[in-house]
Amino acid sequence: MSDPKAGFGSEEDLLAALRAGDERAFVELVDVHAAGMRRFALRFVREPAVADDVVQDAWLAMLRGLDRFEGRSSLATWLFQIVSNIAKTKAVREARTVPVSAFESEPAGDEPAVAADRFFGPDGTHPGGWLTFPLAWSERPEVKLEAAETRAVISAAIDVLPPAQRLVISLRDVEGWPATEVCNVLEISETNQRVLLHRARSKVRGALERYFEDERR
Amino acid sequence: MKGGEVMSDEMSCQTMVELVTAYLEDDLPASERDRFERHLTVCPGCVEYLAQMRVTARLSGQRLREDTLDPEYRHELLSVFRSWRNDPRG
Repeated sequence: MSDPKAGFGSEEDLLAALRAGDERAFVELVDVHAAGMRRFALRFVREPAVADDVVQDAWLAMLRGLDRFEGRSSLATWLFQIVSNIAKTKAVREARTVPVSAFESEPAGDEPAVAADRFFGPDGTHPGGWLTFPLAWSERPEVKLEAAETRAVISAAIDVLPPAQRLVISLRDVEGWPATEVCNVLEISETNQRVLLHRARSKVRGALERYFEDERR
Repeated sequence: MKGGEVMSDEMSCQTMVELVTAYLEDDLPASERDRFERHLTVCPGCVEYLAQMRVTARLSGQRLREDTLDPEYRHELLSVFRSWRNDPRG
């Protein structure tokens, strides 16, 4: 999430300018956030046209709420919270909502990061140890790791994740948001955020592993 | 240090893979982080696994996401602003 106050001394100045109806302040915010808001909306709704509507409605809701905004969160966090709320409502209509239950913490054991059969069982030589070490691919040349095919594998793996996991990994790893912003905007706990990120990254790693193993054959 | 003590305190690989994200997020309590890092000194499989999780996070960020706002759409947003300014309660 970028810092929107460039050109204005501080967020307070930017807010004051907005409240006073200064169009430059609005343009500043739009140029910093509108494209990100659109991508964010597209994590909830499928149709680009619907995402455009969400973003447009969010700007209006932001402007109308300016007098009530107390600055407890950053303007950006608030803006994305508005997008999230409007997008969720529209997504229900589109039948592609991120279910609330998906944000609730589930017991960690029900979805292991790595299948249990990759490790020695309780009676094995090294209980809980790798049966065979993972195939080493993390130090492949960058050209290989960053090849279009590798990216396609990652994209495909992210696309099939459960909605809440997809949302969190998209914001953290694709968009590069810090954990605190993800928690603030999605209004989830740090633990929840970490569990969702963990499951998502573990699955994407698994997809890369399968890809590199297949390729070796 | 006696061998038995090390063994009793040792973290298993299966536990490691569930703690990797907490480790990377620097969310592990100090004692658990120490055990995690001690395991890494003796387990090349988990060293590789940790590296893979780092690479996975980094590569996800390299998906192309440079999209700019359509000028016409940007103009529409400015209209939203102007009509709000003219009539804040709309």
